[in-house]
Amino acid sequence: MTLLNAFTVNATVQSMSPILLAALAGSLCGRVGIFNIALEGQILVGAFASIAGSFYTGSALLGVLSGILVTALFSLILALGTTRFRGDSIVISVGMNLLASGLTAYLLRVLFDTAGTFSSPEIAEVKRIVIRAINTTPWIGWIFSRQTPITWAAWILTILVTLVMFRMPLGLRMRGVGQNPEAARTLGVNVERLQLWTVVAAGALTGLAGAQLSLGTVGIFAEDMSAGRGWIAVVAVMLARNHPAWAAFVCLVFAMADTASVQLQAQGLPNQLTDAVPYVITLAALVMGSLRNRKRRQAALA
Amino acid sequence: MQWELETTGLTKRYGRLVANDAVDLRVAAGEVHAVMGENGAGKSTLMSMLYGLTRPDEGAILLRGQQVRLASSLDAIARGLGMVHQAFKLFEDLTVWENVVYGAEPRRFGFLDRRSACTRVQELAQRHHLAVDVRARVRDLSVGIRQRVEILKALYRDARILILDEPTAVLTPQERDGLFAIIRALRADGRTILFVTHKLHEVMELTDSVTVLRQGRVSARMRTAETDADAIIRAMTGRSVNLSVARSPATPGAEILRVEALRVPAPVRGAKPLVDDISLSLRAGEIVGIAGVAGNGQSELIEAITGLRAAEGRIHLNGQEISGRSVAARRAAGMAYVPEDRALTGTAAGARATEALLMGRQHDPAFARHGVQDGAAIAAHARDLIQAHDIRITSERTRVGTLSGGNLQKVVLARELDFDAPLLIAEQPTRGVDVGAIEAIHARLVAERDRGHGVLLVSAELSEILGLSDRILVIYEGRLIAELPGAEATEQHLGLLMAGRTQEVAR
Repeated sequence: MTLLNAFTVNATVQSMSPILLAALAGSLCGRVGIFNIALEGQILVGAFASIAGSFYTGSALLGVLSGILVTALFSLILALGTTRFRGDSIVISVGMNLLASGLTAYLLRVLFDTAGTFSSPEIAEVKRIVIRAINTTPWIGWIFSRQTPITWAAWILTILVTLVMFRMPLGLRMRGVGQNPEAARTLGVNVERLQLWTVVAAGALTGLAGAQLSLGTVGIFAEDMSAGRGWIAVVAVMLARNHPAWAAFVCLVFAMADTASVQLQAQGLPNQLTDAVPYVITLAALVMGSLRNRKRRQAALA
Repeated sequence: MQWELETTGLTKRYGRLVANDAVDLRVAAGEVHAVMGENGAGKSTLMSMLYGLTRPDEGAILLRGQQVRLASSLDAIARGLGMVHQAFKLFEDLTVWENVVYGAEPRRFGFLDRRSACTRVQELAQRHHLAVDVRARVRDLSVGIRQRVEILKALYRDARILILDEPTAVLTPQERDGLFAIIRALRADGRTILFVTHKLHEVMELTDSVTVLRQGRVSARMRTAETDADAIIRAMTGRSVNLSVARSPATPGAEILRVEALRVPAPVRGAKPLVDDISLSLRAGEIVGIAGVAGNGQSELIEAITGLRAAEGRIHLNGQEISGRSVAARRAAGMAYVPEDRALTGTAAGARATEALLMGRQHDPAFARHGVQDGAAIAAHARDLIQAHDIRITSERTRVGTLSGGNLQKVVLARELDFDAPLLIAEQPTRGVDVGAIEAIHARLVAERDRGHGVLLVSAELSEILGLSDRILVIYEGRLIAELPGAEATEQHLGLLMAGRTQEVAR
């Protein structure tokens, strides 16, 4: 049995899309100078709101939309907190993560009278789309077929966000705001407004990430089901230094490492060892990143 | 006559401080107009109002005869004003062209039209002789080139009037010559340039007319060709109230301070050192005044002596070598220091008078036992000093940030004199201080000399230097260019020396 087969490739692509969407959100926030470490909480809120929306309306689409909308609203805490109220993004983000965890667990009890996990036949899941023509074609079919529209959207959004950031006036303004808000202000850019809308738009992306996590896979909600995905996205954003395309690449490496660890475990390696693989990769990437930065600094001094 | 830019009665107050007091500025179209003044004379406030960053309390700004209201820098930009700030406002990680078009980007189908943006910036740069690689990242550029990017930003927005705030402060001599060539070309192009500076020779070399500010007011307005450096210096530093200080001739004793070949290198490569090979000697029982227009290295010289700034060379205090030693060690060797900026360096605004007057002696056994402060002793000490120095303050627990300039300066002076150190360094001791307090401070400095201590006085006020100094050293562009006995110096003579014109004096 090889590591790369129809199942593992398909699962890797699927499992990485929430992380990718969150990383895009993190890059956007980082570019306008707001360090968003609330991604974990935002995904969780998105997952819960999607399940709830789907349960009440019986429509997967409305479920996803409710996830996007509610998470965008949830992001207003960070958006307004860092702009109008001039708060510290780290402190606010940490608060949002705690709030997301507590609030979803609480609402689970109040709305659905259950604890731990919520599942119901009335939840409409997001269907995976099977493309018959390429379904079994190696690679192309493994990657593209049997994926949810959200996964496709994640990759299209990666391209879109990269284009906006580097090829559109809006992106130029965002990059400037993050680097030197004072300079941007003197050139007539409304710094606070741009930051506010960027954080809200990023919130919508994390809502989509949450929808993929809950509605796009098993159609259930479990307490704290984001399970560190938001934090991996934060690391990806930091390593990629807010570049959406590089962040996508880092997410891909993490996802492959994750799949590999599962596979290695299936082959009889002790799970204590295989569980460590993603973290070893993260550490290695961080070390490489800091070495590169140091080299850059030295070059700048020379 | 129709002025390109005019202000009438422009006034700005910050609490009790009047930063600009009925300033009338008149700038003709197509001229290079210097706005001169010491630090704190109100140049920056005036420029902020002209660029819409600060709103005037009273008065009007007129552009080509039309009164305008500038609510923000955007208004100013829209009306054809451009400003190059002293601290550049650039995006380091963006390219030159991105910095220039930012906020007013050329578009094509909603996308950034990179090609057209590059071409336009390139053309603009070529037309105005601003050699710069438009695709380079700003972080890789030298200070001089960054300044060109700032000028390009203003020109891209079609600025007819360009405000340059102390543009040469950070430049090497070569870069400065380049900037002057650019400014002349802009003038030839019909643009008006407002050149803010306190460097006299630049004004003489470059500008058509000058407005001099002193203590928030216009003290002189002249055509550069019809005036001379001496007149400008007097307009900048002269004082309406001339205070004479009664004092007996000095009786200098043993050498207290000796500085040998002191050198403070320039912050940018290739520029002249800030302090260039200065040697001086100060004896007990004399006041040595260092005269110079602000920005000629006197602040750096004092920072090097007090240990606030690294320097090459040797410093001896009371026979001990103190070069390379910490500020605390230098103070312990017998140095007291009244710094130039009493509000920032001299005191902590949030501190109570008890704390401000104790500072530096907090470990003294008289005020602390086993590391625990003795509140009663500290309060008594503060009350004594407040009374002895006639500091007008509600109580010793009042926070010093609320005091007026004169009273705050008395707090600093009281504390420093209380060290009873053989060397007192007093830097601009009466700047922004009311007349009554000036007299008191001057009397203290003379008393300090008569007790046999040495006083090193740095001042840009001619009358202060002349009234107090037993010997005068003139600093110009980082070098001591003249030494003369205080009794022989005249205001005119000193004015020329401060302008760096040693030949004319010799003649």
